Amino acid sequence: MHPLLNFAHDVLPFTKNWPDWILYGSLVFIVAFGILNTLVAPLTGISTYIERRLAGRAQYRWGPNRVGFRSMLDALPITRGIAKLGDMQPFKFIGSKIPGGLLQFAADGLKLFTKEDIIPAQADQLLFRGAPYVILAGSFAAFAVLPVSFHFRAVNLNIGIFYILGISSIVVPGILMAGWGSANKWALLGGMRAAAQIISYEIPVAIALMTAVMLAGTMNMADIVETQRSGYGMEKAGMLGWYAFRYGGLMLVPFVIYFIGGCAEVNRTPFDLVEGESELVAGYHTEYSGFRWSFFFMAEYSNMFAVGAIATTMFLGGPLPPYPVQFTESLFGPMGNLGMVLRFGEGFFWFFAKSYFFVLLMIHMRWTLPRYRIDQMMHLCWKVLIPIGLVWFVLMCGVKMVRMEMALPPEKDAVAEVHK
Amino acid sequence: MIAILGIKLGDPAAWVFLAFAAVTCASALVVAASRNIIYSAYALLLTFFGVAGLYAFLDADFIAAAQLLVYVGGILVLILFGVMLTHKIREIKLSNETTNPIVGAAIAGFVFLALAYVSLYTNWDVVDRPASPTTGEIGKAFVGKYLLPFEASSVLLLGALIGAAYLARRDKEKA
Repeated sequence: MHPLLNFAHDVLPFTKNWPDWILYGSLVFIVAFGILNTLVAPLTGISTYIERRLAGRAQYRWGPNRVGFRSMLDALPITRGIAKLGDMQPFKFIGSKIPGGLLQFAADGLKLFTKEDIIPAQADQLLFRGAPYVILAGSFAAFAVLPVSFHFRAVNLNIGIFYILGISSIVVPGILMAGWGSANKWALLGGMRAAAQIISYEIPVAIALMTAVMLAGTMNMADIVETQRSGYGMEKAGMLGWYAFRYGGLMLVPFVIYFIGGCAEVNRTPFDLVEGESELVAGYHTEYSGFRWSFFFMAEYSNMFAVGAIATTMFLGGPLPPYPVQFTESLFGPMGNLGMVLRFGEGFFWFFAKSYFFVLLMIHMRWTLPRYRIDQMMHLCWKVLIPIGLVWFVLMCGVKMVRMEMALPPEKDAVAEVHK
Repeated sequence: MIAILGIKLGDPAAWVFLAFAAVTCASALVVAASRNIIYSAYALLLTFFGVAGLYAFLDADFIAAAQLLVYVGGILVLILFGVMLTHKIREIKLSNETTNPIVGAAIAGFVFLALAYVSLYTNWDVVDRPASPTTGEIGKAFVGKYLLPFEASSVLLLGALIGAAYLARRDKEKA
């Protein structure tokens, strides 16, 4: 008997009469629903919130920085009285502290919920309706193996990072589905561009990630994090143990290649010619509206977070803090269960802080940089990133082989390297 | 527990397996039988996905992910590009009509019976152990025992790549 079934029988006794497969099926459904609503939806919500506010500031559009509780209070006569009270002298500090822009993403969501769902008459019904689900499934599935905190992830998969590369390739047929199913030239062109761009940039991304995998000797995301605990001959390496800063900074090159390739894979500026509005209206989602359209954006924001999370895990130590982790281990260790919770919270904090650093970087890039032309984009991928990535892969192989030849234990030699 | 063909129906994993098998078979049928070539191509997505699921059930985790990466991310996208750039895709005139349906059905039936016989009456080596990772073993085999075939096939692929790039290149003098 599956432990999940036993648990369900204990908590809800009436389910004992149900056939196992119905119960199991509904449990899977509930768990998937819970994950979507507690992890992915808030992540995309927070990312849109940040994006809207930064975009508003970058473009001097102040609206997204104002839609807070205050404007909601102002909407109704009764609550407006309460808001007015907040402006008066003794309460004024409250009125000025009402956060701006906090409800923008809720307002966006409501707007998208209530918009009319238009399907073009000429569109291929099945492909047009199916495409958002395929894209969303492809980007959500990558979350299963992310090591969100110490010893905390949905699945401890031996092939972790390879699984992410594999499962996220479902997105490309999904984008083509949307582009072709819309029966619209712009959508088709955008879909073609997206597919060409994503499968091109998969190569430098995979090479950069494999460099880190080669050094770690494992594809398990949690084990890759563990190998970054120590380095340079120090047990307590802190951030010097992260792959990006190891080997005298040599690994910074694959790290930057991964980030550039990751931006291109999620179609963010400067690589957003997939939806270049001056040429293609909105690319593959031109014909979509309402909630179906918002699915594409949920996929885009969860992909952005996934790129940041993968870069964090592979190159920046995942949930490891920049100070030696042994410090907090010795501090929280004797505290029992509370210590475990604190340790968990610490890893959680650093993982999300680092991942959101990349999300912020991508948002800033979007509102700062102009767009690449398609030939420039292809040139960057095939003639710049891939050769550098390959050369660096061989170089790092050489570094690792030399260290193995000299019988240097992977982490215990480089003190001299640092203090030279 | 009821068991059909060795599948224990009380086990939730059996139902997941059956779902994967059903998706694989049904989508493969659509690939072969659909009149709309776009639907055939997309049914192939489900087939590849189902096969990857079956690999995962055989504890071949690396092969399962490689199946997705190579077939869904590479080959299927190539097929879709080809199909979508096809002119007048919705009114295709089939140039190959069905010929010899009786002989074809007989051969298909024979192959099916042979495969069914083999799968039912072979004394399969059932190993009762938890899943063990395969990636390391595959890697050691590639750079150890099978290094020469591995390198030979990669040189072959490189040759094919260079040939494709040469054929696709626009001739500068003519253009």
